[in-house]
Amino acid sequence: MTITVSNLAPGCHYGTIQSFPLLRPAAKRKPAVTSRMCGMVMSENPEDLARLMESVALRRDVAAFEVLFRHFGPKVKTYMLRQTRNPQLAEELMQETMMAVWNKASLFDAGRGNPSAWIFTIARNLFISAYRKQNRPEFDPNDPAFVPETIEPAEVVLQGLQEAESLRAALNELPDEQRELVSRSFFADVPHSALAAEYGLPLGTVKSRIRMALAKLRKSMEGGR
Amino acid sequence: MNIRHHVSDTLLAAYATGDLAEGWSLAVATHLSLCPECRKRLAKFEAVAADMMEALPAEADVSGSWDAMKARLAGSDAGVALPPEKTVSKPVASPVLPEPLRSYVGGDAKALKWKPLGRGAYQVQIPTRDEETTVRLLRIPAGRPVPEHSHGGRELTLVLAGSFSDEQGRFARGDLEEADEDLQHQPVAGSEEDCICLAVTDAPLRFSSRFLRIVQPILGI
Repeated sequence: MTITVSNLAPGCHYGTIQSFPLLRPAAKRKPAVTSRMCGMVMSENPEDLARLMESVALRRDVAAFEVLFRHFGPKVKTYMLRQTRNPQLAEELMQETMMAVWNKASLFDAGRGNPSAWIFTIARNLFISAYRKQNRPEFDPNDPAFVPETIEPAEVVLQGLQEAESLRAALNELPDEQRELVSRSFFADVPHSALAAEYGLPLGTVKSRIRMALAKLRKSMEGGR
Repeated sequence: MNIRHHVSDTLLAAYATGDLAEGWSLAVATHLSLCPECRKRLAKFEAVAADMMEALPAEADVSGSWDAMKARLAGSDAGVALPPEKTVSKPVASPVLPEPLRSYVGGDAKALKWKPLGRGAYQVQIPTRDEETTVRLLRIPAGRPVPEHSHGGRELTLVLAGSFSDEQGRFARGDLEEADEDLQHQPVAGSEEDCICLAVTDAPLRFSSRFLRIVQPILGI
């Protein structure tokens, strides 16, 4: 995937966002999420969210986008809030993220199921370019030097689905303290040193627990093949 | 291509979550362009990171957010169907430097202004916007040792042409070596051709105090 978000300017477009063909979060087994909209409770499962994305892409459907906005907006804002600790900036970055989702909706591949991974990468890249003022270099699948996958795409899709699912399962099986460390360090929310202070652990222990947790996740990915 | 030395989980997870400074990211992304296996691993880390984002509590205040958004949409193409976007790829002979690296240095290996380092070795420094890393391309003559360089902290080396060997094994195109201050190594370029590699290191600590600058090499900081 190539997400080039350069020099954030209001209202301008966000460069090229190409969907990554292997990124296919498991669609089936996730529980449906409920959200409240206009006083009624709506249920959005990952397939519905993908269909809404399609509707936004093909028909520029504002009603569909509103459902997506009400589902992802608060999550993206919380994510930005944890990164920046600045409510106003978090709101702006959330708005920019959702605007990019609107503008780039046609680049989302509905076959990928839940759009959350795609939206997350947009949010993450916006955070890096707009807040940290850095680039986030990414590979370019159209580059002549790019080495493509050799397996048939259909197989890769299936394999990717199974592996993502087994990784999730593995994440849930981690001991609580490891899962929490991984999840909190995952969001750059808390540096390792702060986690160490909070849990009263030596820094080396925090690092090795995170490393162990990642190794377990990795092992489960290999087992799923 | 047969890549044997891959990105570690820790580094890949940090890349997936955007937790890596630009210099390190450049080495990881360039390795990813050559390594389908690590791209698959990246997809999984991104899926998990997205799950974690989905699971975040909605503690942020978003009242009024939709109205602001709706106002912005009114000025856009709401309701108008769009043609699908196309990506344009230009045909170029297979370059030594894959993207995103090629754009960073402004051309392929042959077109660059290489600066001599002595003993037949050359380098090109690559500017980034982070303050944590120093990034350079190195070209080591075939069969020769890599010029001595200090390991203040972490070092990532990605081979793009030729090969080098050290205590960790042989590294050829696409292979990534992660070294830290604990690793003592004396890499030697393979005899088949000059070795071109991308080297990313922690920038040495810069002290403003003259006294500290003088004692810095003595203390090894």
